[in-house]
Formats: sequence, structure tokens, C-alpha cells
Amino acid sequence: MATLRAIRKRIRSIRNIAQVTRAMQTVSASKMRRAQLAALATRPYAERSWEVLGHLASRLSPRQMREQPLVRERPVRAVEVVLVTANRGLCGGYNHNVISEAMGFITAQKVPVRLVTVGRKGRDYALRHGLNLVADFDLGDRPTADDVRPIARLVMDDLERGLVGQVWLVYTEFVSTLVQRPKVQLLLPIQSAAAERQASSGASVPFLLEPSPEAILGPMLQRFTELQVFRAILEALASEHSARMVAMRNATDNALRLIDEMTLSYNKARQEAITKELIDIIGGAAALERVQAPGTLRRAAP
Amino acid sequence: MQVEVVTIERLVYSGEADMVLAPGAEGQLGILPHHAPLVARLSPGELVIRREGAEEAFAIGGGFIEVLADRVVVLADTAEPAAEIDVRRAEAARERALELLRQRQSRIEAIQAEAALRRSLVRLRVARRRAPRSVRHSDDGIGDD
Repeated sequence: MATLRAIRKRIRSIRNIAQVTRAMQTVSASKMRRAQLAALATRPYAERSWEVLGHLASRLSPRQMREQPLVRERPVRAVEVVLVTANRGLCGGYNHNVISEAMGFITAQKVPVRLVTVGRKGRDYALRHGLNLVADFDLGDRPTADDVRPIARLVMDDLERGLVGQVWLVYTEFVSTLVQRPKVQLLLPIQSAAAERQASSGASVPFLLEPSPEAILGPMLQRFTELQVFRAILEALASEHSARMVAMRNATDNALRLIDEMTLSYNKARQEAITKELIDIIGGAAALERVQAPGTLRRAAP
Repeated sequence: MQVEVVTIERLVYSGEADMVLAPGAEGQLGILPHHAPLVARLSPGELVIRREGAEEAFAIGGGFIEVLADRVVVLADTAEPAAEIDVRRAEAARERALELLRQRQSRIEAIQAEAALRRSLVRLRVARRRAPRSVRHSDDGIGDD
């Protein structure tokens, strides 16, 4: 009987786990959708700012473009890596995948690496492994452009002050609900070739530029960098939630399968116990029948 | 003409308009249909979109404006429709910014505090102008920066 009770208890606790994981799955699904929509909502600004960059590029010489602080190629004596991870676990291989991608990149560098982490998991990893962590940002569940600006500000400053020659983003690209891919992307210096292409493709309208092309271009490139960082973080967030959703769905499925298996063995055990009891009773009755006269015991049998 | 107001976070406004008033870095910009193509920087200020007598106002925190043949795009750093501005929060932000300015430690912090103050002043001005029934404060330096 003790095993019966033990099985019943385990079934109950597994059922509770399944309830929790199912709830987390639902929550992650809606958070994923929100993050996806937020990432999509950055598109109009991205498209329009490309347009404006194109206009500006068409008015400046390629050399002027390349002399911009955020565009200029510098000797790379150090690089900065912005690593975007989750604050929490329970999301399958999400954190592990992006961290090992980053580590692969970092160990391949021949120059010192300054690491900036966004998300607690990346920060904890960096501290445990003694990486050169220069800044850590802890964003909430709904990062706004205002939350992200300081991150962009920091890396732009580090580039302009000559601390690093390049800034790389390592985050998880959201491909689909089932597929998320760790990605290493060059953030700074901005590759101006694309803007120049945009310039040559657009019809050259005589634009008025106030105050001057350079005065617009500088801040525009800063916004552009902020946008890249913001977008990467939103994509990472969507990836995190979808990874968690899938992990939680697997957990729920496993729990349900376990419950099925254990219900089966519970029933078997119960059946066995009943059979054993019956055998005992029948055996006992038969023994009694042999001792006493037939017929006197009929009423005592169950 | 077609007008769009976008921020990094979202498309804030999209629609037809007869006139756009924007706070250009070099002075107020009034844009009517068939304006010459233009790209300009914007300062923190009030963006007004007029259409058939009706007005929509936004407090924007600087940005850029792009004027094409029949389209105006405002790339705003931040943009809040007047109706969504929480006057009390804006007031609190102004207080905070003033306090920071009083303490001013480094040059960068002072610049940031000043920018924050300007943004909250703009927000308050836009909110007050659009909500005539709310209480007007007489002496707060609003409206003359």
C-alpha cells in the first residue's frame, strides 16, 4: 500500500508542475507576440532613416561620409562586444547558445575585448569566467527606446574616444517561433557603402539641408546606431520568449506523458493489491470450508 | 499632403494634412503642400499638424524632418500626442530636471539635465495648450524658451 500512496503523491506533484509549465508557456507566447510586434514597429523609422541617410549621402562626397566619427575606420587595437542574454533561465538552450557564440567570437580575437552585457545571464557568466566586463545593463521585460539609448551612447563614446576600434553585437536573431539563431553583427563603425548605394539609386532632388549636411548626418548616425541596438534587443527578447515557450511546451508534454505512465503503473499496482487481497480472502475461506461443515460459512464470505 | 510621425519605437501618426508646424533647429518651420524638398534638424518642441481647421499636437524631443514633393516625414526622438501627456508626470519631470540643474556636477550632466528640463517644459506647454480646462500655472517660465 505504501507504494500506492507514493505513486499517487508523485502523480499529484507532476500534475502541479504541468500546470505551472503550461501557464509559463501561455505567458511566454503572449510576451513573444508583444516583443515581435515591438520589433516590427521599428521598421517605419528604419526605412525612413535610410531614406534620409541616402539624401545626405548624395550631397556629401564619399570621403566626407567616411570622415564621420561613427563611420571612420580606425586601427583595431581593441574591440567591444555587446552581449544580449536573458535575465532568467528556463528557456532551453537560449542563453547557452548565444553565450557560446559570443565566446567563440571573443576567443578568436587577437586584441583585447571589452564586454558589455545586457541581461543577467550574460553578466553572471562574464563574472564567473573573469572576462573583462566594462558595463552591465539590466532591462525590464518591456525595454523602451529610452532604456536602450544609454547602451548605444556608451559604445559610441568608447569608439569616439578611441578605446576600441570596433563594436560588435552578439544577440539572438528571431527567425521563427521554432528557430532562433545566435548572431554576431558589426555595429560600429557604420558601413557607409550601403548608404552610398542608396544615394546613387535615389533620384537626386535638390534638397535644402538645414543647418548643413554634416550637422544632420552626425545625429542621424547616432539615431541609427540606437535603432540597431534597440532592434537587436527586441529580437533577442522575442527569441527568448519563444525559446521559453517551446521549452515549457516540452516540459508540459513530458509531464503529461509521465502522468499517463504513472497512472498506468498506479492502476497496475492497485489491481495487484486487490488481487492479492482477494487471493488471501478466497484462500482463507477455502481453508475454513475444509475445516467446517460445508454450507455453514456461506454468509461469511464477502 | 501625407504626413508621418515616426519614432524608433513606433509609427505615431500617419494621415493627410494641410499644414505642419515643426520646431526646426534654426527656427520654426511651417510646411505647406508643395514645399521645396528639405531635410532639417528639429529641436525639442511642439509639432502641430493641421487639417481642415482641426489640429493635432505632439511634444517631440528633437529629431529630423524630411519634406518630399507631397510627403512629410518627421523622425522624432520621442513623440507624445498632446492627449497622452500626463501633466502631473511632466510636472514631476520638470522638478527633477530643475533639481539636477541646481546641483550640476559635470558638464555632460548639466547638458543632460538641461535637455531633460527643456523636454518636460515642452511637454507641459503642449499639454496645457491642448487642455484649456486644466489649471494654468501663471509663473513657470513656460512659453518663452
